[in-house]
Amino acid sequence: MIPAYVLLLITLAGIVFFGLSGHKADMGKINVWFNGVSLITTIWLAINVFNHGTILSADKAFLVDSFNVYLIVLTAFIGLTTSIFSAPYMAHEKELGKLTANRLKLYYSMYQGFMLAMYLVLTTNNMGVMWVAMEGATLATVLLVSLYRTPESIEAAWKYFILCGVGIAQALFGTILLYYAAVQIGDGENALLWSELFQHANQLNPEVLEIAFVFLLVGYGTKIGLVPLHNWLPDAHSEGPTPMSAVLSGLLLNDALYAVVRNKMLVDGATHSSMAGYLMMGFGLLSFLVGALFLHRQKDIKRLFSYSSIEHMGLMTFAFGVGGPLATFAALLHMTVHSLTKSAIFVTVGHAAQVAGTQRMDKIRGLIKTQPKIGWGLLIGTISIAGFPPFGVFTSEFLVLLATMHSYPWLTLPLLLGIGIAFAGLFRHIQPMVYGERPEGQNPVKANLWPVMIHLGLVLWLGLAIPGFLAHWFSQATVLIAGSSPL
Amino acid sequence: MNIESQDLYTQIILSMAALVGLTSFLMLGQGRLLRLIFVFAIQGLLLTLTTAVAAYSLGNHHLYISAVLTLALKVIFIPWMLRREVLKTNMHRDVETLANQTAVMLGGASLMVFSYYVLHPIVQTTSPVMLNALAVSLSVMLLGMLLMISHKQAIAHVVGFMSIENGLFFAAIVATKGMPMVVELGIAFDVLVAAVLFGIFFFHIRSSIDSLDVDLMNKLNEVDK
Repeated sequence: MIPAYVLLLITLAGIVFFGLSGHKADMGKINVWFNGVSLITTIWLAINVFNHGTILSADKAFLVDSFNVYLIVLTAFIGLTTSIFSAPYMAHEKELGKLTANRLKLYYSMYQGFMLAMYLVLTTNNMGVMWVAMEGATLATVLLVSLYRTPESIEAAWKYFILCGVGIAQALFGTILLYYAAVQIGDGENALLWSELFQHANQLNPEVLEIAFVFLLVGYGTKIGLVPLHNWLPDAHSEGPTPMSAVLSGLLLNDALYAVVRNKMLVDGATHSSMAGYLMMGFGLLSFLVGALFLHRQKDIKRLFSYSSIEHMGLMTFAFGVGGPLATFAALLHMTVHSLTKSAIFVTVGHAAQVAGTQRMDKIRGLIKTQPKIGWGLLIGTISIAGFPPFGVFTSEFLVLLATMHSYPWLTLPLLLGIGIAFAGLFRHIQPMVYGERPEGQNPVKANLWPVMIHLGLVLWLGLAIPGFLAHWFSQATVLIAGSSPL
Repeated sequence: MNIESQDLYTQIILSMAALVGLTSFLMLGQGRLLRLIFVFAIQGLLLTLTTAVAAYSLGNHHLYISAVLTLALKVIFIPWMLRREVLKTNMHRDVETLANQTAVMLGGASLMVFSYYVLHPIVQTTSPVMLNALAVSLSVMLLGMLLMISHKQAIAHVVGFMSIENGLFFAAIVATKGMPMVVELGIAFDVLVAAVLFGIFFFHIRSSIDSLDVDLMNKLNEVDK
């Protein structure tokens, strides 16, 4: 359990350090170091879990099992690569005069604050603390969305604050109902511990838990970006600084889904019905289709990819809802490959917007001619996220389709349709942006594309061959969630 | 269920539930911001009293801490902050004309009925008192949302937001005798940070659109203009 404490302390130290330190030129580099040490700590934690299985801290406050440990490593990894991207990016934004030194300090401090909230959501064993940390993630990022202080960014941040705040209040009501069901069978202080609840899930009152799950799904679903609770997501992603869009898409949405799935495991144990699964399937399918359709009418490149995030989160929610070992395995894989691909795309999109000086897609043209690395990065990232073989997204989407065909054959049709619509929606915008002639006044910028290459390389690797230990890990997590192994 | 046949604690809780619900309706129909904030402070005070009564009758000492936190945050700090904002921007002279006030009030009443309907399944496993308490908290939450929909001023939105928190808090106190201490401290911390952030946002919004009317923030949407 020591690495988990170390992890939380490092990020806490990061908040304080950036909050109190003077204006240093190399804050971006220090941020990379903080995230690097976090990643090493999470690998240490992962090795512990790999060797000894589930770890529960002595006071039962923290729980790390095969389900959350891989998300913790993923979170730390994307946190690190995004911070590598963000150092030169934010320095460039400051040179352009969009930011002051003070706001840069706030940015780095809250970057660590967001990472702390994410690690806390993932490691805590207490469902109440999970809620507190999730709300903390909103509070940490809301001032980052309005970092540029333009009227649009302030509007986006206000919307994000109000919608996510009200939304997540529903999740707290769900948690209170869960606690209410739990105190009837156990003692007060331990009644919200997930490990205790999971052990006694079949004694929990099914009626109360059914009502609770509706509130939990709506509450955390606002954060996942499920339609019709998604309105904040494109705004917050498009108006905030690009590194923030990368971590919001790659991490926050995943962790909110993680919270829903944790709760679903309890509800399934208590009710023995598929009510929770059906709800998730419905919301997921709706988000998937609406997200795919909205891709077509976007004008802003970051909004385009936020709708793509909504679409993919919908697909994962759907897959977790279908349940069963194969669908759960596919959903876990999809969480990984989507996070990696989407954060890589946002990194390239950030550079593309700096090259063109705007986020409007009709003004971005001829990227390959202007700066080949960015152009190709964007094209390959889009190919990957659209679900082309041999990338990992193809594998996971294929597995979702396979599982759906198995359990609900008639639902394969809307799924295939949605994938087709999303493909068309992405490519009609991306093609003119990457190909074509270089317009006047579009100049290369200093860009570090290592994060993109590493992410896309990993996604490719996951698509061609999932390494043995990772497959073993996914299947262990699947056993935990769905009860049996797909392998 | 006859209220006189219940013990004193239950009677107090039920009366408090009724009063908290009433304050939500009072806020819903309020066009003057200063009065809105005043009613919100009263709702906070009712919550503080409920918490104190629960702490006393259950002999649960950590609930006293919650009561003090509620008093400090919901009765003193947040209303003070909002009031200062209203006075600074001279908004206390304006009366917001609420569109469809009758419809909004009727909508509020139906939301309350809806809350009872949603939570009715749990009545089989618990006392009717608990049903009342939970249903009132849920309707306070929903009425808070309706308040945010029907009002245009950012300040009214913050009041609605915080009153949603009040509803949650009432449920936690009455139905479950308070959440575990660590969770409650966490929630109080979140509310405090949210309140401070709202203060920062008022400043940003005013400097960006020169008003606190959130209807003027309509640049980002999917409709072609």
